[in-house]
Amino acid sequence: MIFKFLKPVHLLLLILLLVSLQAHANLTIRITQGSDQATPIAVVPFAWQGSGALPEDVGRILADNLERTGLFAPVPRENLVSLPSRGSEVIYRDWRLLNANYLVIGSIQEQDGRLRIAYELFDVISQERILGETVTARPEQLRSRAHFISDRIYEKLTDQKGIFSTRLAYVTAEQLDGRAEYRYRLHISDADGQRSRTILTSREPILSPDWSPDGSKLAYVSFERGRPAIFIQEVATGERYQLTNFRGLNSSPAWSPDGTRLAMTLSRDGSPEIYIYHLEQRRLTRVTHHYAIDTEPSWSPDGKNLIFTSSRSGGPQIYKVNLQSGQIKRVSFEGNYNARARYSPDGSEVFMIHRESGGGLFSVAALNMETGRLRTLTTSPLDESPSVAPNGSMVVYALMQDDQGILGVVSTDGRIRYELPAERGDVREPAWSPFLN
Amino acid sequence: MDLMKYSKPFALAAILALVAGCGGGAATQPGDEDEVTADEVHVSDDAEAAAAGDEDAARAEAMEDEAAARDAVQRPEVMTIYFDFDKSNIRSEFYDDLNAHAAYLQANPDARVVLEGHTDERGTREYNMALGERRGNSVQRYLSLQGVSGDQMEVVSYGEERPVVRNAQTREDHAKNRRVEFIY
Repeated sequence: MIFKFLKPVHLLLLILLLVSLQAHANLTIRITQGSDQATPIAVVPFAWQGSGALPEDVGRILADNLERTGLFAPVPRENLVSLPSRGSEVIYRDWRLLNANYLVIGSIQEQDGRLRIAYELFDVISQERILGETVTARPEQLRSRAHFISDRIYEKLTDQKGIFSTRLAYVTAEQLDGRAEYRYRLHISDADGQRSRTILTSREPILSPDWSPDGSKLAYVSFERGRPAIFIQEVATGERYQLTNFRGLNSSPAWSPDGTRLAMTLSRDGSPEIYIYHLEQRRLTRVTHHYAIDTEPSWSPDGKNLIFTSSRSGGPQIYKVNLQSGQIKRVSFEGNYNARARYSPDGSEVFMIHRESGGGLFSVAALNMETGRLRTLTTSPLDESPSVAPNGSMVVYALMQDDQGILGVVSTDGRIRYELPAERGDVREPAWSPFLN
Repeated sequence: MDLMKYSKPFALAAILALVAGCGGGAATQPGDEDEVTADEVHVSDDAEAAAAGDEDAARAEAMEDEAAARDAVQRPEVMTIYFDFDKSNIRSEFYDDLNAHAAYLQANPDARVVLEGHTDERGTREYNMALGERRGNSVQRYLSLQGVSGDQMEVVSYGEERPVVRNAQTREDHAKNRRVEFIY
């Protein structure tokens, strides 16, 4: 395992390999751009009182999680001068000398086959204990608890909900040895790419996974029957059914914020149009009426509007439709290719694929819905499929690197960027889950 | 069909060479009028590439002979036509090929064809799914106007999911991916 901590001044080439203890399908993590404004935090390895070795290094998971937000710079372990595991052992002066603004300590005790995890968070400057809690877990739940504790610490320090207990859905495409044949797989992993599991395998393309707002289901497009069709699958049970089988396109499923409807693209009436499928009534409402391409719908958080991609002005641009009035308004004007927009959770911005006029890069960009101001967040040439984390802090997207499709994550302020490559095959079509707890 | 579905670059080049032999114009090269002037891309490059291997040359020649012997109701050899970036309109150099398919389908009412629409790998996947379908629909509409029955044709778009050239880097390679394939 290679591990180097972020040096505040250096923005490049930090390699963080979380070697997988599980199957090869896990994604590894490489931080490619760090932040020089991150707040130093010391995370002391958790003391362990029990038999045998622990399956997870909780302190390490906390430090890695906090580092990946771009807001925190964990103090390298080798620089820790003491290893307190209880509040009474903390000497604030030691931590001030390390320039740590915050300190996390903890211990794990074995009790009747269960683990008792105690952790505390200190503000070194004000010399206060600002958070302390004990949680229990079965040994196999240790990683989930580490993510839970990360969420608690993050929320305490930023007043924003953490996303460490969320998940990613993504698709891999792997060429079979020496054959012009591929295996497509739909996976779900933790937000850090670990604990990946395959929930669907197919010889035909799978795309556009989208989480139901309660995180219990995924809608996606599968070509398994030779044509694109929309399926819905229960994440917990794997149970699935085909929702649509219209002539032509059946694509771009997007759950409404209340989970009762799916926006989608169908070409059953001629050209690709946006429709809304009412899941309970099994009724279809048509939203757009234009001979151009209309596709890639995304709901505003209040459920009142959809944004979508349309070629009605020539090339693809982002439009907004008010679902009550039916009024349609163009919202993207900069650049000659703007597509697949997704709302930020507060509705203030949309994240989309953007190409400058005359430029060659397809980048992830944020468009402010009030001011119309555009910020480009990535610099790779062929970015796709941006999906926003439920707290609005990060965007996961697909990119090509050295002829391999991988996932990238960039903070919405552009400060930190990291990559999640798979060991084999192309990774694509990421979808960040909603909050799951 | 399998040849076309997963056609290797040389096979495609051979077909292009054949088309060049028949049509005699640079216009049969899958081009990119948005980004390339006609002068920058010549079909001869591909024809030469095809001729580089004796086998390929022989294949191209064989296909050319077949083409010469072709009569209107035989299944046309040209199974793929190409499009410009983000466009679905049919380029005029492909009218002859489409007319040949129309004649074949009308002479063989039992024949069925799937028009597979494809795009290059740039841009977003769902937009490309729609764009691929528009390309297929353009072909279907053209064939309908020539009198082909709607029952004989079906459009399926794969968007950018099934490129001929994976991880294409050059304009020429992108151009080879922007296509409609006739699958009989």
